[in-house]
Amino acid sequence: MSNVSYVRTVMLQEQAPPASQAGIVKWLRENMFSNIPNSILSIAALWAIYYVLNDVLPWAFQSSWNAKSLGECRSVIAAAYGEGASGACWAVINDRFLQLVFGFYPSELYWRPIVAFVLMFAAIAPVLFDGLPRKMLRFTMIYPFFAFWLLWGGSLWVPLMIIAGFVLGYLAFGVVSKMASSLVGMIAAVLVPILWWLFLAGDVATMLQSIIPLSIEAVSSSNFGGFMLSITIGVIGIALSLPIGIVLALGRQSDLMIVKVICVGFIEFIRGVPLITLLFVASTLLNYFMPPGTNFDLILRVIIMVTLFASAYMAEVIRGGLAALPKGQYEGADSLGLDFWQSTRLIIMPQALKISIPNIVSSFIGLFKDTTLVSIIGLLDPIGLSTNIRANQEWNGVIWELYGFIALVFWVFCFSMSRYSMYLERKLQTGH
Amino acid sequence: MKKSVFIGTLAAASVTAGLAAAGTLDDVKAAGELKCGVSTGVVGFAAADANGVWDGFDVAVCRSVAAAVLGDGNKVKFVPTTGKTRFTALASGEVDMLARNTTWTYSRDIDLKFDFVGVNYYDGQGFMAPKALGVASAKDLDGATVCIQTGTTTELNLADFFRSNNISYEPVPIETNSEAQAQYLAGACDVFTTDASGLAATRATFEKPDDHVVLPEIISKEPLGPLVRHGDNQWGDVVRWTLNALISAEELGITSANVDKLAAAAGNNPEVNRMLGTEGDLGAMLGLDKSWAHRAIAVNGNYGELFEKNIGEATPVGLARGLNAQWTDGGLIYSPPFR
Repeated sequence: MSNVSYVRTVMLQEQAPPASQAGIVKWLRENMFSNIPNSILSIAALWAIYYVLNDVLPWAFQSSWNAKSLGECRSVIAAAYGEGASGACWAVINDRFLQLVFGFYPSELYWRPIVAFVLMFAAIAPVLFDGLPRKMLRFTMIYPFFAFWLLWGGSLWVPLMIIAGFVLGYLAFGVVSKMASSLVGMIAAVLVPILWWLFLAGDVATMLQSIIPLSIEAVSSSNFGGFMLSITIGVIGIALSLPIGIVLALGRQSDLMIVKVICVGFIEFIRGVPLITLLFVASTLLNYFMPPGTNFDLILRVIIMVTLFASAYMAEVIRGGLAALPKGQYEGADSLGLDFWQSTRLIIMPQALKISIPNIVSSFIGLFKDTTLVSIIGLLDPIGLSTNIRANQEWNGVIWELYGFIALVFWVFCFSMSRYSMYLERKLQTGH
Repeated sequence: MKKSVFIGTLAAASVTAGLAAAGTLDDVKAAGELKCGVSTGVVGFAAADANGVWDGFDVAVCRSVAAAVLGDGNKVKFVPTTGKTRFTALASGEVDMLARNTTWTYSRDIDLKFDFVGVNYYDGQGFMAPKALGVASAKDLDGATVCIQTGTTTELNLADFFRSNNISYEPVPIETNSEAQAQYLAGACDVFTTDASGLAATRATFEKPDDHVVLPEIISKEPLGPLVRHGDNQWGDVVRWTLNALISAEELGITSANVDKLAAAAGNNPEVNRMLGTEGDLGAMLGLDKSWAHRAIAVNGNYGELFEKNIGEATPVGLARGLNAQWTDGGLIYSPPFR
């Protein structure tokens, strides 16, 4: 009788784990209902979410996309969802989409901002992703001048003459620093381009234009508006504030007294003043200092002020990064026999910037959102345009749809920037 | 543009300092473009359509002046200004004139050094309340919460009105008109107060406008009109008499439809003849040509036509002429004679 075995010869069928230990139930138990306070909070949160969505979703989806006025929107929604239904009038976005994006830019020239916008990605790609060929950086350096020419139009010689200023500065540095000391060379490298831009560049550009005409239709700044204006101000501010901020941060740590005082004074003055005040200075006060009839472009004034403002904040962010570096890094650089610029470029800045990435990006995001303040000085950015759109009799009364759309677009831009900064932090992570 | 990029403040200051003394009229003629300050958007008064073309009751004044001076009502560069930037824009010369819902007050005229050239709309502050509140007069509003735009004359008028009637109120400060609409509809305040034209425009956008009443009291005088810089009287005259031409045209029965016919040959009304340049040469006195008024009227029509087209009873704003009727109809709109 050996066929009665007390040992199983056949393996039991593998069983699913108990319902309470698998899948969604397990997740819910662990994450939402692990104890009584958590359960109460979870239920309260669910109720709040339901409460909000219950109002927002029908409003957002019981909507009208094709109408010519708010009144028509309402009758379309009433016809589709019954009398008394209230829904979003997205038709206003449909109707004014191009205006919200381009402002009053001439519609036959829309390709120019679009090309500039697309090329912007090509220009920043080598900066953002180091896997790309380094030669692309040359395009990055030319891009600002090219974009300026595309957006404002006019003679190609103008941006070329601005570039010529930088070339002259470089040459001046080479020549003068050989003849005298490198400090004199630095001064010459700054002075020569400024003198060139102030007194010669305009006339030379006009002259060259009359010899070889190379121009496209000029677009006045007053036609700029919508997201194009926000992005123009934001991108220029971001692109210029980082290098200026680095210089200011280094200047603030400098041993040269005058440089240090100037940098500290600039940073503390600009940081002590709200951006809106600087914008009012740009829009109103500067006019009083200039003779009547001077055409010093309002958008240009605003860009300068925004850049100065962002640079001061950027300088403090980078100073934080510099301060966080252990002293040994500076001493190590010195012991290798590197001079100031070499150690800054090769040892200090790469580490300081890496530490500062989250703050740098949050400054960028803040700057981009701050561009909406220009609506207060009468520029037609998306917020300013929404006032203007509401001033049309057909769209008067449309509030949430416009603000919602603008908020969504801003969110997309800011969220992408924040995601990129997280990617960069992970990539540059050298800790263990 | 390109010069300004390079030269900026410094050189521009030295180059153009000599031009500053020239009159605005010559400047406008030389530039071939009228820089007109308008609001960033007020229903019926100024708004840009989907193609970026500005239109409205205030905008029409700019177009008429441009037509009178430059011969084309489209040669206007509209500069959107906010309540905070409008006066500096005019004083600094960024705009040649302002046609922007601006109340003519003593201090603006004297202290800020502007010249109001006339009144194109007589407004006044009013109240709107839901019908359900059951008030028939603003004097019944004791203890009411009032939505009010901060930093405007309306705020001061409101305080004066309630104090002089010895009743109390609770202000709900808001920043913009659209915010006021949202707050009022959400029930955050019992009453909304602003200029009567604004109340009418706001009420017209409600889903059920009949549930709300505009109370009969008008508690302030708000004469709105175009203005220019103090001290350039020739330019002030051009804007003043362009506005007067629009007003006289209505009184004399000159419309955009018949102005070409009336201007073709002298008719039997001497004032019409003088205005349209078929008799005498009033234009030369102003530094313009003979047919300036003809062009100013032809571009958009006379005062009455502008009113009906932009803010009149046929439009969603739906304002009655009221105080803004011609003096012959019992209103205040009155132009000195063209003689």
